Amino acid sequence: MKIKTEAGERHVLAVTVDNEAGILAKITGLFSARGYNIESLTVADISADHALSRITIVTSGPPAVIDQIIAQLDRLVPVHNVVDLADQGAHVEREIALVKVAGSGDKRIEALRMADVFRAKVVDTTLTSFIFEITGNSDKVDRFIALMRECGLVEVGRTGVVAIARGAEAV
Amino acid sequence: MTEMSGADMVVQALVDLGVDTVFGYPGGAVLPIYDALFKHPTIKHILVRHEQAATHAAEGYARSTGKPGVVLVTSGPGATNAVTGITDALMDSIPMVVLTGQVSTALIGTDAFQECDTVGITRHCTKHNYLVMDPERLGPIMHEAFYIATHGRPGPVVIDIPKNVQVATGNYVIPEKIAHKSYRPQVEPDADAIAEAIALIAAAQRPVFYTGGGVINAGPDASAALRQLVSLTGAPITSTLMGLGAFPCDDPKWLGMLGMHGTYEANMAMNRADLIIAVGARFDDRVTGRLDAFAPEAKKIHIDIDRSSINKIVPIDVAVVADAGRALDALIAAWQDAGHKPRDLGEWWRRVDGWRATRCLDFPERKDDDADIMPQRAVKALFDATRGRDPIITTEVGQHQMWAAQHFGFSAPNRWLTSGGLGTMGYGFPAAVGAQIAHPGRLVICIAGEASLQMNIQEMGTVAQYRLPVKIFILNNEWMGMVRQWQELTYESRYSNSYSDSLPDFVKLADAYGWTGLRIDTLGQLEDGIRTMIETPGPVIVDCRVAQLANCFPMIPSGAAHTEMLLQPSDVTGTMDDEAKALV
Repeated sequence: MKIKTEAGERHVLAVTVDNEAGILAKITGLFSARGYNIESLTVADISADHALSRITIVTSGPPAVIDQIIAQLDRLVPVHNVVDLADQGAHVEREIALVKVAGSGDKRIEALRMADVFRAKVVDTTLTSFIFEITGNSDKVDRFIALMRECGLVEVGRTGVVAIARGAEAV
Repeated sequence: MTEMSGADMVVQALVDLGVDTVFGYPGGAVLPIYDALFKHPTIKHILVRHEQAATHAAEGYARSTGKPGVVLVTSGPGATNAVTGITDALMDSIPMVVLTGQVSTALIGTDAFQECDTVGITRHCTKHNYLVMDPERLGPIMHEAFYIATHGRPGPVVIDIPKNVQVATGNYVIPEKIAHKSYRPQVEPDADAIAEAIALIAAAQRPVFYTGGGVINAGPDASAALRQLVSLTGAPITSTLMGLGAFPCDDPKWLGMLGMHGTYEANMAMNRADLIIAVGARFDDRVTGRLDAFAPEAKKIHIDIDRSSINKIVPIDVAVVADAGRALDALIAAWQDAGHKPRDLGEWWRRVDGWRATRCLDFPERKDDDADIMPQRAVKALFDATRGRDPIITTEVGQHQMWAAQHFGFSAPNRWLTSGGLGTMGYGFPAAVGAQIAHPGRLVICIAGEASLQMNIQEMGTVAQYRLPVKIFILNNEWMGMVRQWQELTYESRYSNSYSDSLPDFVKLADAYGWTGLRIDTLGQLEDGIRTMIETPGPVIVDCRVAQLANCFPMIPSGAAHTEMLLQPSDVTGTMDDEAKALV
């Protein structure tokens, strides 16, 4: 017998929660307990009085699973609301990566040239290395990192995705 | 606002919240609360013999009264022992508040004596939990916890209280009104959804009500509303294991329980219906059987207070997110406002009666006095003997539980206490203790299997201590019968570890605890034995020896459809393919 898995499309969820101890564990635990995917997760305090945090989760699944994920998140006591940004029409996604590249000669020059094409900033340099800061959607960051692998990539740190709907309205 | 110790705040909050009973077990990290309880004679503390039993007793108390059950246990093993009952309450939506002691805040995270990460361990088996780091927060948290446990879909809430927070003093604050920042369950149904539902019900030719524990949780008024709506629409009704009692078993519209060990007529009606009206039920795998064959011709209306239950298993046509009672009231009002009359469902009822004619709950038996007692007969005899006494019945988990569900009739809610979702062996006896505490004058009977009973049999001491007249009626077949039944169905009768070896002499055990013990061996002794059990004051354990190899039918085997029921032992082939084996 083979175990079947279902593919599905990518969704970005914005979850507003009480900024209390254990909430992140509660949310990630829900995903692992119910077998949902987390492709990326970011969390930070967003309110002036530090009472609320916004968690941005990139997940994937068939529509029925996405609907369940939203319903399951929404019924957690400390969750204020859950928004599927795909339902909100167009939205903006950004991610930051810090990319360390080491090397010399042509590879070093090539890395710098491609960083310029990608509008990555140099935030640190030594005679044998650069650290680039690149901001963009995940695809762009992925492509930049893939190119840097050919140019002496030694280390990457990524923030994961934050996203927000376009227009004047708050979700 | 009054200055007092954290422990006093806990007890004062219990008093303010109207709690009369706490089930618990003391230990180092809750000693301050136990000392505070000592000074408060209004709260009755029931000392159990194992923390798991405290949680099940609290469930029995809650399920039989509609009020939240309260548990008090110590840190570490006290908390971990409570986890099974907490999870059971989560699965069956039982309101419960569990107070756990914790090591002092300075020791948290140091692997201190009897320390465990209680909020971490219970995070996913509670509706919500708290670690209280400041005594000033105890008042608001206690009140909020009871609100969360009892509002919306009920469930267990854990409050973990470090020992120094119990000792420290602060102001006891009672929140004026509980309005949680984010938790606002939807209780009132949406009018458009009700209108859509009524249109479907009025147009249906083959409707069936499928109701569950949500109707019981919505209170006795919801059961009354259900009866009225069924009567108005003229449709047949079936229910889950958890929903038994919401609709009277002697009503002609009652089809019996549905699902894996449900009746043929209930499952066939679900399969052939053109409309299913699900009320407070969650399309559990034990109910649906094979999903792609579940109710293929039916539109589905789903009333549930938990939005995540909608479309979780089965796609729904009309969703009503609301308290079951409010939704039923709204449906009745809308039905009457529209001037609907019951449709002529004569053709549908003729088909239902055809399925009923299979008499699927009949079982073969010898009738002479020396005959072995069929377990089904024992349950029927118990039902007959207790009619008019309005008993509260609890069960353990296994064959006896299914036979009780099939053959014991219920006519009112809150009389049937069983572990449905988690299927916890060891639930029934402590649940009976909790129910008996809540209803001292009532007849409370735990229908048990000899294997399940042993999982919390230590509670015989609790019963003796509080002189509770609990009756335990063991259907003793010397097997973990349901395990053996599955081994016969699936593993060609290789009985791996399913025999109940080295059983105690239950009559002597009764004697050892100061109970009355009885043994029933043959059919001729059955009625007298049951009568003696009922008429004997105080706790009684009945070791009713039943036919050992009887199995529970009808049965929808793993991975099969409602239409593929096994009605009798001769339908069993003894093997299954891997797909079916992999299903629970």
